[in-house]
Amino acid sequence: MADMAAHSTHPQGFAHQFEDIGQQRDAGRLGMWIFLATEILFFGGMFTAYTIYRELHLAAFETGSRLLEVQFGATNTVVLICSSLTMALAIRAAQTGKKKGTIIFWLILTMILGAAFLGLKLRFEWYHDYVEHIVPGVGFRNRTEWGSLAPQVQMFMCFYFFMTGLHALHMVIGIGILTTLVIMAGRDRFSSEYYAPLEISGLYWHFVDIVWIFLFPLLYLIGGRYTMGGH
Amino acid sequence: MSTANTDLHGAPAGSGVNYLNASYGIKSWLLTTDHKRIGLLYLVVITFNFFVGGTAAVLMRLNLIEPTGALVEPSTYNKLFSIHGIMMVFFFLVPSIPATLGNFLIPLMIGARDVAFPKLNLLSWYVFVAGSLCALVAVLSGGVDTGWTFYTPYSSTYSHGLVVLAALGVFIAGFSSILTGLNFIVTIHKMRAPGMTWFRLPLFIWAMYATSLIFVLGTPVIAITMFLLGLERIFHVGIFDPALGGDPLLFQHLFWFYSHPAVYIMILPGMGVVSELITAFSRKKIFGYTFVAFSSLSIAVISFIVWGHHMFVTGQSIYAGLVFSALSFLVAIPSAIKVFNWTATLYKGSISYQAPMLYALGFIGLFTMGGLTGLFLASLATDVHLNGTYFIVAHFHYIMVGGAVMAYLGGIHFWWPKISGRLYPDLWARFAALVVFIGFNLTFFPQFVLGYLGMPRRYAVYPAEFQVLNVMSSAGASILGVGYLIPLVYLIWSMRYGPPAGPNPWGAKGLEWTTPSPPPTENFEEMPVVTEDAYNYPTAKGGRHG
Amino acid sequence: MSGHPRSDHPHSEHIVPAGVYVGVFVALLVLTALTTGVAFIDLGPLNTVVALTIAVIKMLLVVLFFMHVRYNKGLTRIVIVAAFFWLGIMMTLMLADELTRHWDMYPEPWSVLLPHLLRFF
Repeated sequence: MADMAAHSTHPQGFAHQFEDIGQQRDAGRLGMWIFLATEILFFGGMFTAYTIYRELHLAAFETGSRLLEVQFGATNTVVLICSSLTMALAIRAAQTGKKKGTIIFWLILTMILGAAFLGLKLRFEWYHDYVEHIVPGVGFRNRTEWGSLAPQVQMFMCFYFFMTGLHALHMVIGIGILTTLVIMAGRDRFSSEYYAPLEISGLYWHFVDIVWIFLFPLLYLIGGRYTMGGH
Repeated sequence: MSTANTDLHGAPAGSGVNYLNASYGIKSWLLTTDHKRIGLLYLVVITFNFFVGGTAAVLMRLNLIEPTGALVEPSTYNKLFSIHGIMMVFFFLVPSIPATLGNFLIPLMIGARDVAFPKLNLLSWYVFVAGSLCALVAVLSGGVDTGWTFYTPYSSTYSHGLVVLAALGVFIAGFSSILTGLNFIVTIHKMRAPGMTWFRLPLFIWAMYATSLIFVLGTPVIAITMFLLGLERIFHVGIFDPALGGDPLLFQHLFWFYSHPAVYIMILPGMGVVSELITAFSRKKIFGYTFVAFSSLSIAVISFIVWGHHMFVTGQSIYAGLVFSALSFLVAIPSAIKVFNWTATLYKGSISYQAPMLYALGFIGLFTMGGLTGLFLASLATDVHLNGTYFIVAHFHYIMVGGAVMAYLGGIHFWWPKISGRLYPDLWARFAALVVFIGFNLTFFPQFVLGYLGMPRRYAVYPAEFQVLNVMSSAGASILGVGYLIPLVYLIWSMRYGPPAGPNPWGAKGLEWTTPSPPPTENFEEMPVVTEDAYNYPTAKGGRHG
Repeated sequence: MSGHPRSDHPHSEHIVPAGVYVGVFVALLVLTALTTGVAFIDLGPLNTVVALTIAVIKMLLVVLFFMHVRYNKGLTRIVIVAAFFWLGIMMTLMLADELTRHWDMYPEPWSVLLPHLLRFF
């Protein structure tokens, strides 16, 4: 570990364009938040399109929403919330100077939860939807009970796959980032002085969780489930 | 202002090692994290992109010499104007000043060693190259014919061009913009030298900050738009298809939500450059610094609420049209404020007419004309007649070419001595500026008349009575082309044979002029401490330095 | 502005107690159960309002505690607010078009509207 007393402003991981580690930490954090702002606008474009079509075609969106299985959406929400907790605890482990094993433990737990999310989605939702012929562009079949709403129900399923697909892509990237962090932690790169990569990756991970927090009610719970519909 | 150990005429105090000769070899350039080298890497790529887009323009103007189309079939003509628009907007104008001059100058102007995230900066260049390559491959493999606006359902369903590849290029280049904007915002917030308060910053920095806000807030939306367009085209399902209850206007809304602010991305940096040029060449403090600084921010903010003025005749709600029209008049105000302030700066200034100043003065006149004609287009009733005609083409070329490109050339000339360490031959430069000015006006002024008379845009053929004006425009284009080639020759020539420039050949104020030309890799021998305002020229009329 | 833009942070950062994280975690789980449960009750248009309100609360919990914004300087908050505000601009103006497109294109002339307006006085 670097000699803390002599290099208190320039610890391990310090980048020379900065004056001190505090400035570097500030800059890194601001940079990641600005990136998350761009992600808000990026997903926001789709949320906006979704809002418009939902306004215009509410009945069709309700029909489409009932094609989705609430129990999987809810379970996945819980899985992601757990992963946010484990991520926060991984950062806290570094902040409080815990051994690298502790940090790695929480990181790997986060990765497992992320993988579980993707696994549940792929196997029990998307694959199931494919078998049921409600994946647009891949053997989509209109159902007679949709009547004249059929084109807009297909539109809803487009939104479902586009939005959860884009979200899943971000999860995959997140798991990739976590892998890198595990390797870095394994090489003793983090300390109570320098844990910025963990912190800013955590911001990204929590953001992806927040996107799902909105996707769940907006896609799965439209129009309520009080008329017990379903496949 | 503390200076590095140089005198105004003399050699740098150091060993003569600068960012250009600090290391040699292709790897040292392709793996550089020095913002100055990255600026030059961008310069090379965007110059290439400019000539690709320019070639398309040349072919278009050649075709328009004859009313029946002298050169190409309409289907090819559609590809030409699409390629011209895509290359010029996304791959030349949007990155032009920010990625070249912005990258090079921002750390120098604020007294920093580099940008906040140098490796991210290099990544942004590679991403830009990837996007440019996608676009180039699309151009060479058959082209795209949707226009740079990619309107659906033609682009999503009916076009036979390489829409997905072109959209992918735009998508990728968008990420380059986002990374650049992010880098600039953090750099300007966090890495200013001691004493460099916000209100001592050069106005170029304010302009770049405002531009970066647009980069960060607007570009993600064009990214998602291109993404959705690609999905719709590949999987034949989507959200813009009327057959599924989709709305083509939704695409246009999403597209213009970015693309209108994008035009301010293209002009704000130019305005920042002009503020620097006007002050330097009238040896005078800018008139109304605070107004000019806040006008840049206002333009960035208001630019996001006017996009519907591109859609007045598309079937958009007339009530939304009213709102957008009123807001569009509003956005003219901060631009006008700048023009007034520049003019007031010139008043009683000690003015000299070197090439950068000629470009700056040309900017003020031509941008004003372009901006004023925008008011006719912001007005609903007149836009009904002018939309889709050459009036629009002339309007935006006055701003983009008469404005942005001239500011870009002015900035390149002004900072060339700092970038290269050499002086270019100013007589040739002034001549080229004049050729550009004359060629530009001959090309585009007739287009205002053509549009007013009703000639539609994006047409390969036109009614015979418009031929004279079209021939004038094409003749002007050839002159303009020559005007652009001349600087290429003497600037490259100067890199080898130009006389060495001292640190401050113009005698201008600004931290970038206190360091050797070319600067050392770390920018400053010792980090500066700022004690005075920007443009702190002596008020008594003295002689010029250098 | 002091003009000295070096970091004003001391080298040690605020460390959130693990208990706070667990508390937020539990709250998030409860809210998830709540939003799922409420979906099975017929509240008419309120269903959407409740669902979105709960989602916003969950988001705030994650942002303020997991993402440390509660302990951060103002600039971070400005960035977040700006991003949502811009998203709001996009949604508002786009909806303004989509929802008013089929309003009457040719409003009555003043002479016809006037009696209706005068009824308010």
